[in-house]
Amino acid sequence: MASISPYGKRFISYLRREQIRRLIASKARIDGREVDQVRPVEVKTGIVKTADGSAEVKLGKTHVVAGVKIGLGQPFPDAPDEGVLVVNAEVLPHASPYTEVGPPDEFAIELARVVDRGLRHCGYVDFKKLSVEGGKAYVLWVDLYVINDDGNLVDAANLAAVAALKNAALPAVVKDETGAVKLDRNSRAPMPLDLEKAPIAVSVGKIANVLFLDPIFEEELSLDGRITYTFAQERIVAIQKTLGSFTQQELEAALDLAWRGRESYLASLKEVLQ
Amino acid sequence: MKKPPVPLLQNGLRADGRAPDQMREVQIQVGTVSNADGSAVVSYGATTAVAAVYGPREMHPRHLSLPDRGVMRVRYHMAPFSTKDERKSPTPSRREIEISKVLREALEPAVMLEQYPRSRIDVFIEILQADGSTRVASLTAASLALADAGIYMRDLVVGVSVGLVDGTVVLDLNGLEDNYGEGDMPVGYMPNLRRFTLLQLDGAWTREKFLEALGLAVKGAEYVYQVAREALKNRYMAIAEEIYGR
Repeated sequence: MASISPYGKRFISYLRREQIRRLIASKARIDGREVDQVRPVEVKTGIVKTADGSAEVKLGKTHVVAGVKIGLGQPFPDAPDEGVLVVNAEVLPHASPYTEVGPPDEFAIELARVVDRGLRHCGYVDFKKLSVEGGKAYVLWVDLYVINDDGNLVDAANLAAVAALKNAALPAVVKDETGAVKLDRNSRAPMPLDLEKAPIAVSVGKIANVLFLDPIFEEELSLDGRITYTFAQERIVAIQKTLGSFTQQELEAALDLAWRGRESYLASLKEVLQ
Repeated sequence: MKKPPVPLLQNGLRADGRAPDQMREVQIQVGTVSNADGSAVVSYGATTAVAAVYGPREMHPRHLSLPDRGVMRVRYHMAPFSTKDERKSPTPSRREIEISKVLREALEPAVMLEQYPRSRIDVFIEILQADGSTRVASLTAASLALADAGIYMRDLVVGVSVGLVDGTVVLDLNGLEDNYGEGDMPVGYMPNLRRFTLLQLDGAWTREKFLEALGLAVKGAEYVYQVAREALKNRYMAIAEEIYGR
């Protein structure tokens, strides 16, 4: 398995690309937004009753569903007193004409791992409280399903994961006749979360040396560079440069721009995170 | 935070005796795989990466070729015996798939792919021994192997890692610091163009520490670049000697 330059699969006409680039050069965008403006965000929780927690995020036309399933399992050997987090992402064949049926490709794997990194290091979930007696631990399976891809899956998927975890409730641990521990889904406790520390991923695109927030699909096909910063409170908890190259000045400017985008995303989560 | 088996920082020195801004010993050799069009072995301390480049060559399958530029194929892989703990399965993990992708995206800005329409350039990286900072050692090895293959490039890409250990920003994390430190930031840098092509981060960083780390990464990359340049020069001096004699 190797990583191949993907441009052959996803393309945009030169005319359209030039139009997007020309607009951006004068700080205008193809959908009428400002460079520091994210699309409207809609967050709904509890949309899947079979999951232990769920949420749906619409970032403009980008649509991501997150489901949390909670199980019992073995903790990692290097963290025996902590719960386990597993983040998985699938870009469904529904999501765009460029998506194929099959196991997650490198884009989906990267998406899951960037969201995972943000959640893991921010202190939003108290993993210490997810350890279970008898050497077991709660396992939080967070599955991110992309239903429609109109760009910027990372920001949308991250919001969905944060909201779904808030929506999740922890099944009680009970002992069966043999003394083995198992989950009782009829009795639940709230997730051990520190809502203040919810991670917020903010992606910055670069076209013609102009930095802007929340690229849509067509802009993504025209990008010179792209970087995602994930914040928890005032800390940076994850970064992933996913395209192109940046000068140090650009990295700092992108950081400041992302920080402003964080405010918009946090506002959209306000109702969920209280 | 997990408790390290030994203090990571004591009296301003790290567990292996280095100062915070000190690289491990950097060893670089270019042209080590004779069948490949270009190759390099890079060691940062006990971490060793071998890179081999084949290409430009015909793109298979043909429908993935591009009429106006070449495509790059990058594989980062860890040998099953390269880690300290149990044998690692040779099946590519999600981590290796992600690293292959970020390394490709770290090399593409440096390579003039527009010079190679309808072709592909293959970069294969194998970690023989891992002690932290494997992806950045890979990046240095890969860009040297590309240069050795005579591929047109805008600059070399040099990889270094910086991290946060007991609140201090340190250069070139080893395995211990990678496991027990508070943060890790792999960086790929083009020293002549002064541009970053790889940037990842995890942990919990303030803005100030992040910017300090960027500065230290540049310093580290400029040092590794000097070693890399020498290694590349030695390779061509050796060829010249072979052809023209002394």
